[in-house]
Amino acid sequence: MLWLVIGLVVLMLAAAVAVLMLDNFLAATAAASVVSLGVALIFVWLRAPDVAMTEAAVGAGLSSLILALALRRLGLWRLDNPRQEARDDA
Amino acid sequence: MRNLASLLFIVGLAFLLLLVTGVFEFGNPPMRVGQGIQQVGPQEVGAANLVTAVVLGYRGIDTLGELSILFAAATAGGFVLGRHRLARSGAEAGFVLRTGADLLFPLLLVVGLYIVLHGHLTPGGGFQGGVIIATAFFVPLLARPGAALDHRWLALVEGLAGAAFIAIGLLALYRGGEFLQPFLEKGDFGSLVSAGTLPLLYLAVGLKVGAELAGLLARLAEPAGEEAA
Repeated sequence: MLWLVIGLVVLMLAAAVAVLMLDNFLAATAAASVVSLGVALIFVWLRAPDVAMTEAAVGAGLSSLILALALRRLGLWRLDNPRQEARDDA
Repeated sequence: MRNLASLLFIVGLAFLLLLVTGVFEFGNPPMRVGQGIQQVGPQEVGAANLVTAVVLGYRGIDTLGELSILFAAATAGGFVLGRHRLARSGAEAGFVLRTGADLLFPLLLVVGLYIVLHGHLTPGGGFQGGVIIATAFFVPLLARPGAALDHRWLALVEGLAGAAFIAIGLLALYRGGEFLQPFLEKGDFGSLVSAGTLPLLYLAVGLKVGAELAGLLARLAEPAGEEAA
């Protein structure tokens, strides 16, 4: 069980770093929701199902939805990589 | 300079975390109010889910504060995002998205209502269920970009639910208790109709949160004012 949690924490840390490193904003949003999902699973492990449910619904679901919709409003909703595109143009 | 600031922040955070993990034993909180509530909660409030007993019974006014913060945030969001425009042209969604939305909508609605109505028995409650209800109403909006939620109805539901929450609290005051103190019959421990007014309060919270967030999401999904005009 402990190893599972350690793996989960490593996964969450990797996703958190990915949020900062990814060029694609949509992918960064998805990575942020992965972090939230990991936190929710850890809350379940700590026997706090109420908090886990809130984290899964608000952190993983609603906030990534709001972030994605904000990206669409700002015109940053792209599935391809912007840096790659700039390199292709050059 | 900026690197130094980040380094200082990281060192400070590590120091704080070390302090917290070093001084406090894991699983043994220094406060004893939790143990006290665990002992008297089931008899006093009658809710099988003690978290709900705390959220609505012992700390009801905190929940009211939470609701007002959410209300202020959603109102400000709606104010910034602008007025609703009917004229809009969106690309039609694909077959998979449309069918998936039809399939998911009733499922999400049932799950959300279940979580709201069983808030005093099982984990979950008005806030969590309300968020699920809000996403349930958002899914068809994704599938049919032409459709729009009626914001007047949402505002009506939201206002009535918020007023009901406060009215139940005032009723408790009128009956001689404290504001938001649970009243009515406690019923059988663990049955659906139990714990007095807590299910009613959570139903009000769920409807309010659901209507609020559905309205916010619908406003966000609408194209910006300049583009739509």
